[in-house]
Amino acid sequence: MFDRRDLLKGAGLAAMAATLNSTKALALDTVTLPFTNGERPLVKYPQKRPMIGLTSRPPQLETPFAVFNDGPITPNNAFFVRYHLSDLPYDLDPDKFTLEVKGKVDKPLKLSLKDIRKMKATEIVAVNQCSGNSRGFFEPRVAGGQLANGAMGCARWRGVPLKSVLEMAGVQSGARQVTFNGMDGPVNDKTPDFIKALDIDHATDGEVMLAYGMNGEDLPFLNGFPLRLIVPGYFGTYWVKHLNEITVIDNVYDGFWMKSAYRIPDTPNNAVEPGTAPKATIPINRFTIRSFITSVPDGAKLKAGAVTLRGIAFDGGKGIKQVDVSTDGGKTWVGAKLGKDLGKYAFREWKLPVKLAAGSHELKVRAAGNGGETQPDMPRWNPAGYLRNVVETVRVSVA
Amino acid sequence: MQRIVLLAVAASMGSSLAAPVNYKTPDEVAAFKPGPNLEVVQGNCSACHSSDYVATQPPMKDKRAFWQAEVTKMIKVYGAPIDDADVGKIVDYLAATY
Repeated sequence: MFDRRDLLKGAGLAAMAATLNSTKALALDTVTLPFTNGERPLVKYPQKRPMIGLTSRPPQLETPFAVFNDGPITPNNAFFVRYHLSDLPYDLDPDKFTLEVKGKVDKPLKLSLKDIRKMKATEIVAVNQCSGNSRGFFEPRVAGGQLANGAMGCARWRGVPLKSVLEMAGVQSGARQVTFNGMDGPVNDKTPDFIKALDIDHATDGEVMLAYGMNGEDLPFLNGFPLRLIVPGYFGTYWVKHLNEITVIDNVYDGFWMKSAYRIPDTPNNAVEPGTAPKATIPINRFTIRSFITSVPDGAKLKAGAVTLRGIAFDGGKGIKQVDVSTDGGKTWVGAKLGKDLGKYAFREWKLPVKLAAGSHELKVRAAGNGGETQPDMPRWNPAGYLRNVVETVRVSVA
Repeated sequence: MQRIVLLAVAASMGSSLAAPVNYKTPDEVAAFKPGPNLEVVQGNCSACHSSDYVATQPPMKDKRAFWQAEVTKMIKVYGAPIDDADVGKIVDYLAATY
Protein backbone atom coordinates (compact mmCIF):
# COMPACT_ATOMS: atom_id res chain seq x y z
CA MET A 1 0.00 0.00 0.00
CA PHE A 2 2.91 2.33 0.54
CA ASP A 3 3.97 2.01 -3.02
CA ARG A 4 0.59 3.38 -3.90
CA ARG A 5 0.96 6.21 -1.43
CA ASP A 6 4.31 7.20 -2.83
CA LEU A 7 2.82 7.14 -6.26
CA LEU A 8 0.10 9.52 -5.15
CA LYS A 9 2.68 11.88 -3.75
CA GLY A 10 4.86 11.95 -6.80
CA ALA A 11 2.66 11.45 -9.78
CA GLY A 12 0.25 13.59 -11.69
CA LEU A 13 -3.40 12.88 -12.29
CA ALA A 14 -2.77 11.17 -15.59
CA ALA A 15 -0.42 8.66 -14.04
CA MET A 16 -2.87 8.11 -11.23
CA ALA A 17 -5.70 7.49 -13.63
CA ALA A 18 -3.61 4.82 -15.28
CA THR A 19 -3.07 3.06 -12.00
CA LEU A 20 -6.68 3.32 -10.96
CA ASN A 21 -8.28 1.89 -14.04
CA SER A 22 -8.33 -1.65 -12.76
CA THR A 23 -9.65 -1.03 -9.25
CA LYS A 24 -12.90 -2.75 -8.46
CA ALA A 25 -14.59 0.17 -6.74
CA LEU A 26 -13.75 3.66 -5.66
CA ALA A 27 -11.25 2.41 -3.16
CA LEU A 28 -7.66 3.04 -4.16
CA ASP A 29 -6.78 -0.39 -2.90
CA THR A 30 -7.62 -2.63 -0.01
CA VAL A 31 -5.77 -3.72 3.07
CA THR A 32 -6.51 -6.66 5.30
CA LEU A 33 -6.20 -6.00 9.01
CA PRO A 34 -4.94 -9.05 10.93
CA PHE A 35 -8.25 -10.29 12.33
CA THR A 36 -11.32 -12.01 10.89
CA ASN A 37 -13.40 -9.72 8.65
CA GLY A 38 -10.52 -7.24 8.55
CA GLU A 39 -10.65 -6.31 4.86
CA ARG A 40 -10.84 -2.54 4.44
CA PRO A 41 -10.67 -0.12 1.52
CA LEU A 42 -7.88 2.41 1.32
CA VAL A 43 -9.75 5.66 0.82
CA LYS A 44 -8.76 9.19 -0.15
CA TYR A 45 -10.36 12.17 1.57
CA PRO A 46 -9.49 15.84 1.08
CA GLN A 47 -6.55 16.85 3.33
CA LYS A 48 -5.74 13.18 3.93
CA ARG A 49 -3.40 10.70 2.30
CA PRO A 50 -4.88 7.26 1.54
CA MET A 51 -6.23 5.97 4.84
CA ILE A 52 -7.80 2.73 6.02
CA GLY A 53 -11.54 3.28 5.66
CA LEU A 54 -13.63 1.94 8.52
CA THR A 55 -16.91 3.72 7.77
CA SER A 56 -17.93 6.40 5.30
CA ARG A 57 -20.94 8.09 6.99
CA PRO A 58 -19.88 9.45 9.36
CA PRO A 59 -16.27 9.15 8.20
CA GLN A 60 -13.91 7.02 10.26
CA LEU A 61 -10.35 6.57 9.05
CA GLU A 62 -7.50 4.57 10.52
CA THR A 63 -3.82 5.39 10.07
CA PRO A 64 -1.81 2.80 8.10
CA PHE A 65 0.53 1.46 10.76
CA ALA A 66 3.77 1.98 8.80
CA VAL A 67 3.29 5.75 9.25
CA PHE A 68 4.35 5.35 12.89
CA ASN A 69 7.84 4.35 11.76
CA ASP A 70 8.34 7.74 10.09
CA GLY A 71 8.82 9.60 13.38
CA PRO A 72 7.17 10.51 16.68
CA ILE A 73 4.91 13.15 15.12
CA THR A 74 2.00 11.81 13.08
CA PRO A 75 1.44 14.00 10.00
CA ASN A 76 -1.90 15.78 9.83
CA ASN A 77 -2.77 14.06 6.58
CA ALA A 78 -2.25 10.65 8.20
CA PHE A 79 -3.97 11.32 11.53
CA PHE A 80 -6.89 9.02 12.34
CA VAL A 81 -10.51 10.23 12.18
CA ARG A 82 -13.35 9.16 14.42
CA TYR A 83 -16.91 10.50 14.50
CA HIS A 84 -20.05 9.25 16.21
CA LEU A 85 -22.86 11.14 14.48
CA SER A 86 -23.43 11.88 10.82
CA ASP A 87 -24.38 15.55 10.73
CA LEU A 88 -20.97 17.16 10.24
CA PRO A 89 -20.51 20.95 9.85
CA TYR A 90 -19.18 20.57 6.31
CA ASP A 91 -20.11 24.14 5.40
CA LEU A 92 -18.81 25.92 8.48
CA ASP A 93 -17.51 29.44 8.02
CA PRO A 94 -14.48 30.06 10.24
CA ASP A 95 -15.13 33.82 10.15
CA LYS A 96 -18.55 33.32 11.71
CA PHE A 97 -17.48 30.62 14.13
CA THR A 98 -18.13 31.38 17.79
CA LEU A 99 -17.21 29.52 20.93
CA GLU A 100 -19.81 30.00 23.60
CA VAL A 101 -18.87 29.71 27.29
CA LYS A 102 -21.87 29.62 29.59
CA GLY A 103 -23.52 28.05 32.62
CA LYS A 104 -22.21 28.69 36.10
CA VAL A 105 -19.98 31.59 35.10
CA ASP A 106 -20.07 35.28 36.05
CA LYS A 107 -19.62 36.49 32.51
CA PRO A 108 -20.83 34.28 29.66
CA LEU A 109 -18.58 34.60 26.61
CA LYS A 110 -18.90 34.44 22.86
CA LEU A 111 -15.44 34.23 21.36
CA SER A 112 -14.55 34.33 17.68
CA LEU A 113 -11.57 32.47 16.31
CA LYS A 114 -9.78 35.82 16.11
CA ASP A 115 -10.46 36.44 19.80
CA ILE A 116 -9.01 33.05 20.66
CA ARG A 117 -5.97 33.45 18.42
CA LYS A 118 -5.22 36.82 20.07
CA MET A 119 -4.86 35.15 23.46
CA LYS A 120 -1.46 33.94 24.68
CA ALA A 121 -0.82 30.66 22.89
CA THR A 122 0.62 27.50 24.33
CA GLU A 123 1.80 24.25 22.74
CA ILE A 124 1.95 20.64 23.82
CA VAL A 125 3.01 17.44 22.08
CA ALA A 126 0.43 14.84 22.99
CA VAL A 127 -0.90 11.50 21.84
CA ASN A 128 -4.54 11.17 20.94
CA GLN A 129 -5.81 7.61 20.94
CA CYS A 130 -9.31 6.36 20.27
CA SER A 131 -10.81 4.40 23.17
CA GLY A 132 -11.51 1.60 20.72
CA ASN A 133 -8.03 1.49 19.21
CA SER A 134 -7.09 -2.18 18.66
CA ARG A 135 -10.63 -3.39 19.38
CA GLY A 136 -10.41 -5.86 16.49
CA PHE A 137 -7.85 -7.88 18.47
CA PHE A 138 -10.20 -8.55 21.37
CA GLU A 139 -10.98 -12.20 21.94
CA PRO A 140 -13.84 -12.92 22.29
CA ARG A 141 -14.65 -10.23 19.74
CA VAL A 142 -16.91 -7.35 20.77
CA ALA A 143 -19.22 -5.02 18.86
CA GLY A 144 -18.02 -1.58 17.81
CA GLY A 145 -15.52 -0.09 15.39
CA GLN A 146 -13.17 -2.90 14.43
CA LEU A 147 -9.82 -1.13 14.50
CA ALA A 148 -6.28 -2.44 14.37
CA ASN A 149 -3.57 -0.33 16.02
CA GLY A 150 -3.90 2.76 13.82
CA ALA A 151 -6.48 4.81 15.74
CA MET A 152 -3.78 6.78 17.51
CA GLY A 153 -1.41 9.59 16.67
CA CYS A 154 0.86 12.16 18.22
CA ALA A 155 0.83 15.84 17.26
CA ARG A 156 2.07 19.22 18.42
CA TRP A 157 -1.13 21.03 19.38
CA ARG A 158 -1.30 24.83 19.57
CA GLY A 159 -4.01 26.82 21.26
CA VAL A 160 -4.99 28.36 24.57
CA PRO A 161 -5.36 26.73 27.97
CA LEU A 162 -8.99 26.00 28.80
CA LYS A 163 -8.12 27.44 32.21
CA SER A 164 -7.52 30.90 30.67
CA VAL A 165 -10.89 30.92 28.95
CA LEU A 166 -12.69 29.74 32.08
CA GLU A 167 -10.91 32.45 34.10
CA MET A 168 -12.12 35.08 31.64
CA ALA A 169 -15.64 33.82 32.16
CA GLY A 170 -15.27 33.57 35.93
CA VAL A 171 -16.24 30.13 37.20
CA GLN A 172 -18.76 30.41 40.04
CA SER A 173 -18.41 28.61 43.34
CA GLY A 174 -20.20 25.29 43.37
CA ALA A 175 -19.10 24.41 39.82
CA ARG A 176 -18.45 20.67 39.55
CA GLN A 177 -18.01 19.82 35.88
CA VAL A 178 -17.56 21.42 32.49
CA THR A 179 -19.32 20.00 29.43
CA PHE A 180 -18.12 20.20 25.84
CA ASN A 181 -20.24 20.12 22.70
CA GLY A 182 -19.10 20.36 19.10
CA MET A 183 -20.84 21.41 15.89
CA ASP A 184 -21.24 17.83 14.73
CA GLY A 185 -24.51 16.28 15.79
CA PRO A 186 -27.09 13.59 15.12
CA VAL A 187 -29.27 13.43 12.01
CA ASN A 188 -32.18 12.36 14.21
CA ASP A 189 -33.37 14.56 17.09
CA LYS A 190 -33.87 11.51 19.28
CA THR A 191 -30.20 10.51 19.10
CA PRO A 192 -28.20 11.88 22.04
CA ASP A 193 -25.85 14.66 20.92
CA PHE A 194 -22.17 13.94 21.50
CA ILE A 195 -21.37 15.87 24.68
CA LYS A 196 -18.53 15.06 27.08
CA ALA A 197 -17.66 16.29 30.57
CA LEU A 198 -14.58 16.82 32.69
CA ASP A 199 -14.41 17.55 36.42
CA ILE A 200 -13.78 21.23 37.14
CA ASP A 201 -10.34 20.56 38.66
CA HIS A 202 -9.30 18.69 35.53
CA ALA A 203 -10.72 21.35 33.22
CA THR A 204 -8.74 24.07 35.04
CA ASP A 205 -5.44 22.17 35.42
CA GLY A 206 -3.75 24.37 32.81
CA GLU A 207 -2.96 21.44 30.50
CA VAL A 208 -6.38 20.88 28.96
CA MET A 209 -6.35 23.04 25.87
CA LEU A 210 -8.52 24.52 23.17
CA ALA A 211 -6.45 23.86 20.06
CA TYR A 212 -6.68 25.50 16.65
CA GLY A 213 -3.24 24.41 15.45
CA MET A 214 -1.84 20.98 14.74
CA ASN A 215 1.78 20.44 13.70
CA GLY A 216 2.13 24.04 12.56
CA GLU A 217 -1.06 24.16 10.49
CA ASP A 218 -4.76 24.67 11.09
CA LEU A 219 -6.54 21.55 12.27
CA PRO A 220 -7.63 19.45 9.30
CA PHE A 221 -11.40 19.55 8.92
CA LEU A 222 -11.83 15.91 9.93
CA ASN A 223 -9.71 16.41 13.03
CA GLY A 224 -11.98 19.11 14.40
CA PHE A 225 -11.41 22.37 12.50
CA PRO A 226 -11.49 25.10 13.63
CA LEU A 227 -11.20 24.25 17.34
CA ARG A 228 -10.99 21.09 19.39
CA LEU A 229 -10.42 20.09 22.97
CA ILE A 230 -7.04 18.56 23.87
CA VAL A 231 -7.07 16.41 27.00
CA PRO A 232 -3.48 15.19 27.38
CA GLY A 233 -3.14 11.59 28.56
CA TYR A 234 -6.87 10.92 28.17
CA PHE A 235 -8.61 8.85 25.55
CA GLY A 236 -9.83 10.60 22.41
CA THR A 237 -13.49 10.48 23.41
CA TYR A 238 -12.89 13.65 25.45
CA TRP A 239 -11.12 15.51 22.64
CA VAL A 240 -14.34 17.08 21.33
CA LYS A 241 -14.02 18.30 17.73
CA HIS A 242 -15.52 21.44 16.12
CA LEU A 243 -15.90 22.63 19.72
CA ASN A 244 -18.31 25.56 20.02
CA GLU A 245 -20.08 25.18 23.35
CA ILE A 246 -18.58 24.98 26.84
CA THR A 247 -20.92 24.85 29.80
CA VAL A 248 -19.96 24.99 33.46
CA ILE A 249 -22.39 22.96 35.58
CA ASP A 250 -22.89 22.40 39.30
CA ASN A 251 -23.67 18.71 39.05
CA VAL A 252 -22.25 15.58 37.40
CA TYR A 253 -23.27 15.47 33.75
CA ASP A 254 -25.57 12.53 33.07
CA GLY A 255 -25.87 12.56 29.29
CA PHE A 256 -25.65 9.29 27.37
CA TRP A 257 -22.04 9.68 26.22
CA MET A 258 -20.82 9.98 29.81
CA LYS A 259 -23.35 8.00 31.82
CA SER A 260 -23.84 4.98 29.56
CA ALA A 261 -21.18 4.99 26.85
CA TYR A 262 -17.40 4.99 27.19
CA ARG A 263 -17.48 3.15 30.51
CA ILE A 264 -14.88 0.70 31.82
CA PRO A 265 -15.22 -1.89 34.59
CA ASP A 266 -14.64 -0.58 38.10
CA THR A 267 -12.30 -3.49 38.85
CA PRO A 268 -8.52 -3.98 39.19
CA ASN A 269 -6.95 -3.13 35.82
CA ASN A 270 -10.48 -2.28 34.64
CA ALA A 271 -10.75 -5.83 33.33
CA VAL A 272 -13.31 -8.62 33.69
CA GLU A 273 -13.30 -12.32 32.85
CA PRO A 274 -13.60 -12.49 29.03
CA GLY A 275 -17.21 -12.70 27.94
CA THR A 276 -18.65 -11.41 31.22
CA ALA A 277 -20.21 -8.10 32.25
CA PRO A 278 -18.90 -5.89 35.07
CA LYS A 279 -21.08 -5.10 38.08
CA ALA A 280 -20.04 -1.47 38.20
CA THR A 281 -18.40 0.88 35.71
CA ILE A 282 -16.64 4.25 35.64
CA PRO A 283 -16.00 6.67 32.77
CA ILE A 284 -12.97 5.78 30.66
CA ASN A 285 -10.09 8.08 31.52
CA ARG A 286 -6.31 7.89 31.06
CA PHE A 287 -4.42 5.81 28.49
CA THR A 288 -2.92 2.55 29.59
CA ILE A 289 0.79 2.26 28.80
CA ARG A 290 1.63 0.83 25.35
CA SER A 291 4.59 0.18 23.10
CA PHE A 292 5.00 -0.96 19.50
CA ILE A 293 7.64 -2.17 17.11
CA THR A 294 7.20 0.02 14.03
CA SER A 295 10.17 -0.93 11.86
CA VAL A 296 9.17 -4.52 11.17
CA PRO A 297 5.63 -5.63 10.31
CA ASP A 298 4.19 -8.90 11.57
CA GLY A 299 5.09 -11.74 9.22
CA ALA A 300 8.16 -9.98 7.80
CA LYS A 301 11.01 -11.93 6.22
CA LEU A 302 14.40 -10.63 7.32
CA LYS A 303 18.01 -11.37 6.43
CA ALA A 304 20.07 -13.03 9.13
CA GLY A 305 22.47 -10.75 10.96
CA ALA A 306 22.36 -7.29 12.45
CA VAL A 307 19.18 -5.24 12.30
CA THR A 308 18.07 -2.20 14.30
CA LEU A 309 14.56 -2.51 15.69
CA ARG A 310 12.64 0.73 16.19
CA GLY A 311 9.36 1.73 17.66
CA ILE A 312 7.32 3.99 19.92
CA ALA A 313 5.91 3.95 23.44
CA PHE A 314 3.50 6.18 25.38
CA ASP A 315 1.42 6.24 28.53
CA GLY A 316 -1.26 8.27 30.28
CA GLY A 317 1.03 11.13 31.23
CA LYS A 318 3.71 9.97 33.64
CA GLY A 319 6.15 9.50 30.78
CA ILE A 320 8.12 6.50 29.57
CA LYS A 321 10.93 5.30 31.82
CA GLN A 322 12.14 2.25 29.97
CA VAL A 323 11.46 0.09 26.94
CA ASP A 324 12.60 -3.53 26.83
CA VAL A 325 12.75 -5.73 23.75
CA SER A 326 12.81 -9.51 23.43
CA THR A 327 13.80 -11.44 20.30
CA ASP A 328 13.08 -14.85 21.81
CA GLY A 329 9.37 -14.69 22.55
CA GLY A 330 9.78 -13.05 25.95
CA LYS A 331 12.41 -15.32 27.55
CA THR A 332 15.08 -12.64 27.72
CA TRP A 333 14.79 -8.86 27.50
CA VAL A 334 17.22 -6.09 26.60
CA GLY A 335 16.78 -2.38 27.31
CA ALA A 336 16.32 -0.21 24.23
CA LYS A 337 17.76 3.28 23.76
CA LEU A 338 15.08 5.92 24.15
CA GLY A 339 14.80 8.73 21.62
CA LYS A 340 14.28 12.44 22.22
CA ASP A 341 11.85 13.30 25.00
CA LEU A 342 9.11 15.45 23.45
CA GLY A 343 7.18 15.59 26.69
CA LYS A 344 5.42 13.18 28.98
CA TYR A 345 2.32 12.97 26.78
CA ALA A 346 4.17 12.31 23.50
CA PHE A 347 5.20 9.21 21.58
CA ARG A 348 8.66 8.26 22.82
CA GLU A 349 10.78 6.67 20.14
CA TRP A 350 13.06 3.77 20.96
CA LYS A 351 15.60 1.72 19.03
CA LEU A 352 17.74 -1.33 19.63
CA PRO A 353 20.32 -3.03 17.40
CA VAL A 354 19.88 -6.80 17.57
CA LYS A 355 21.33 -9.83 15.80
CA LEU A 356 18.92 -12.37 14.43
CA ALA A 357 19.96 -15.91 13.52
CA ALA A 358 18.15 -17.89 10.82
CA GLY A 359 14.79 -19.27 11.92
CA SER A 360 11.50 -17.98 13.29
CA HIS A 361 11.50 -15.31 15.96
CA GLU A 362 8.90 -13.68 18.13
CA LEU A 363 9.88 -10.06 18.70
CA LYS A 364 8.25 -8.42 21.71
CA VAL A 365 8.33 -4.94 23.19
CA ARG A 366 7.34 -3.83 26.68
CA ALA A 367 7.33 -0.35 28.18
CA ALA A 368 7.53 0.78 31.78
CA GLY A 369 6.35 4.21 32.84
CA ASN A 370 7.61 6.67 35.42
CA GLY A 371 4.52 5.84 37.47
CA GLY A 372 5.52 2.16 37.71
CA GLU A 373 2.95 0.95 35.18
CA THR A 374 3.94 -1.73 32.73
CA GLN A 375 2.25 -3.90 30.11
CA PRO A 376 0.65 -7.29 30.77
CA ASP A 377 1.90 -10.47 29.03
CA MET A 378 -1.68 -11.62 28.44
CA PRO A 379 -4.47 -9.40 27.06
CA ARG A 380 -7.01 -7.97 29.47
CA TRP A 381 -10.65 -7.89 28.45
CA ASN A 382 -13.66 -5.61 28.89
CA PRO A 383 -17.01 -5.67 27.04
CA ALA A 384 -16.48 -2.47 25.07
CA GLY A 385 -13.02 -3.37 23.77
CA TYR A 386 -11.15 -0.48 25.35
CA LEU A 387 -7.69 -0.06 26.95
CA ARG A 388 -5.83 -2.78 25.06
CA ASN A 389 -2.20 -2.73 26.16
CA VAL A 390 -0.90 -6.28 26.06
CA VAL A 391 2.81 -6.73 25.22
CA GLU A 392 2.75 -6.72 21.41
CA THR A 393 4.38 -9.50 19.40
CA VAL A 394 5.79 -9.34 15.87
CA ARG A 395 6.56 -12.69 14.27
CA VAL A 396 9.38 -12.72 11.73
CA SER A 397 11.15 -15.38 9.73
CA VAL A 398 14.88 -14.91 9.26
CA ALA A 399 16.97 -16.51 6.54
CA MET B 1 -16.76 5.48 -10.77
CA GLN B 2 -13.20 6.34 -11.57
CA ARG B 3 -14.27 9.88 -12.33
CA ILE B 4 -15.46 10.32 -8.74
CA VAL B 5 -12.13 9.23 -7.31
CA LEU B 6 -10.35 11.72 -9.48
CA LEU B 7 -12.68 14.51 -8.42
CA ALA B 8 -12.03 13.75 -4.78
CA VAL B 9 -8.30 13.70 -5.31
CA ALA B 10 -8.42 16.87 -7.37
CA ALA B 11 -10.40 18.62 -4.63
CA SER B 12 -7.75 17.78 -2.11
CA MET B 13 -4.95 18.99 -4.32
CA GLY B 14 -6.67 22.22 -5.22
CA SER B 15 -7.48 23.34 -1.69
CA SER B 16 -4.29 22.88 0.23
CA LEU B 17 -4.24 26.37 1.72
CA ALA B 18 -7.87 27.41 1.60
CA ALA B 19 -10.06 27.12 4.68
CA PRO B 20 -11.84 23.77 4.51
CA VAL B 21 -15.33 25.13 4.30
CA ASN B 22 -17.56 23.17 1.94
CA TYR B 23 -15.61 20.05 2.78
CA LYS B 24 -16.51 17.30 0.34
CA THR B 25 -16.31 13.68 1.33
CA PRO B 26 -15.96 11.05 -1.38
CA ASP B 27 -19.26 9.59 -2.53
CA GLU B 28 -20.55 6.78 -0.36
CA VAL B 29 -19.97 3.53 -2.21
CA ALA B 30 -20.52 0.86 0.42
CA ALA B 31 -23.93 -0.79 -0.01
CA PHE B 32 -25.94 -3.32 1.94
CA LYS B 33 -25.52 -6.81 0.51
CA PRO B 34 -28.48 -8.40 -1.24
CA GLY B 35 -30.68 -10.34 1.17
CA PRO B 36 -34.21 -10.78 2.50
CA ASN B 37 -35.99 -7.48 3.34
CA LEU B 38 -33.12 -5.48 1.85
CA GLU B 39 -35.37 -2.48 1.19
CA VAL B 40 -36.53 -2.40 4.82
CA VAL B 41 -32.91 -2.30 5.96
CA GLN B 42 -31.99 0.37 3.44
CA GLY B 43 -34.99 2.46 4.46
CA ASN B 44 -34.27 2.31 8.19
CA CYS B 45 -30.54 1.90 8.78
CA SER B 46 -29.27 4.17 6.02
CA ALA B 47 -30.97 7.21 7.51
CA CYS B 48 -28.22 7.58 10.10
CA HIS B 49 -25.17 5.63 8.93
CA SER B 50 -23.47 3.92 6.03
CA SER B 51 -23.69 0.16 5.53
CA ASP B 52 -20.03 -0.41 6.41
CA TYR B 53 -21.05 -0.01 10.07
CA VAL B 54 -22.74 -3.37 9.63
CA ALA B 55 -20.30 -5.04 7.26
CA THR B 56 -17.25 -4.48 9.48
CA GLN B 57 -18.71 -6.07 12.61
CA PRO B 58 -16.96 -9.23 13.74
CA PRO B 59 -18.40 -12.69 13.05
CA MET B 60 -20.27 -13.70 16.20
CA LYS B 61 -21.26 -17.19 17.31
CA ASP B 62 -24.90 -16.28 17.92
CA LYS B 63 -25.55 -13.96 15.00
CA ARG B 64 -29.24 -13.57 15.70
CA ALA B 65 -28.75 -12.52 19.32
CA PHE B 66 -25.94 -10.18 18.31
CA TRP B 67 -27.95 -8.42 15.64
CA GLN B 68 -31.09 -8.34 17.76
CA ALA B 69 -29.08 -6.54 20.45
CA GLU B 70 -27.68 -4.09 17.91
CA VAL B 71 -31.11 -3.25 16.48
CA THR B 72 -32.52 -2.85 19.99
CA LYS B 73 -29.65 -0.49 20.83
CA MET B 74 -30.36 1.58 17.72
CA ILE B 75 -33.99 1.99 18.79
CA LYS B 76 -33.64 2.40 22.55
CA VAL B 77 -30.34 4.24 22.81
CA TYR B 78 -30.09 6.16 19.55
CA GLY B 79 -33.80 6.70 19.03
CA ALA B 80 -34.06 5.10 15.60
CA PRO B 81 -37.71 5.42 14.50
CA ILE B 82 -38.13 1.81 13.40
CA ASP B 83 -41.67 0.37 13.19
CA ASP B 84 -42.25 -2.64 15.44
CA ALA B 85 -43.24 -4.62 12.35
CA ASP B 86 -39.84 -3.98 10.77
CA VAL B 87 -37.65 -5.02 13.69
CA GLY B 88 -37.91 -8.76 13.03
CA LYS B 89 -37.35 -8.23 9.29
CA ILE B 90 -34.19 -6.26 9.92
CA VAL B 91 -32.83 -8.82 12.38
CA ASP B 92 -33.63 -11.62 9.91
CA TYR B 93 -31.76 -9.83 7.17
CA LEU B 94 -28.70 -9.06 9.31
CA ALA B 95 -28.45 -12.56 10.76
CA ALA B 96 -28.80 -14.12 7.32
CA THR B 97 -26.53 -11.72 5.45
CA TYR B 98 -23.68 -10.69 7.79
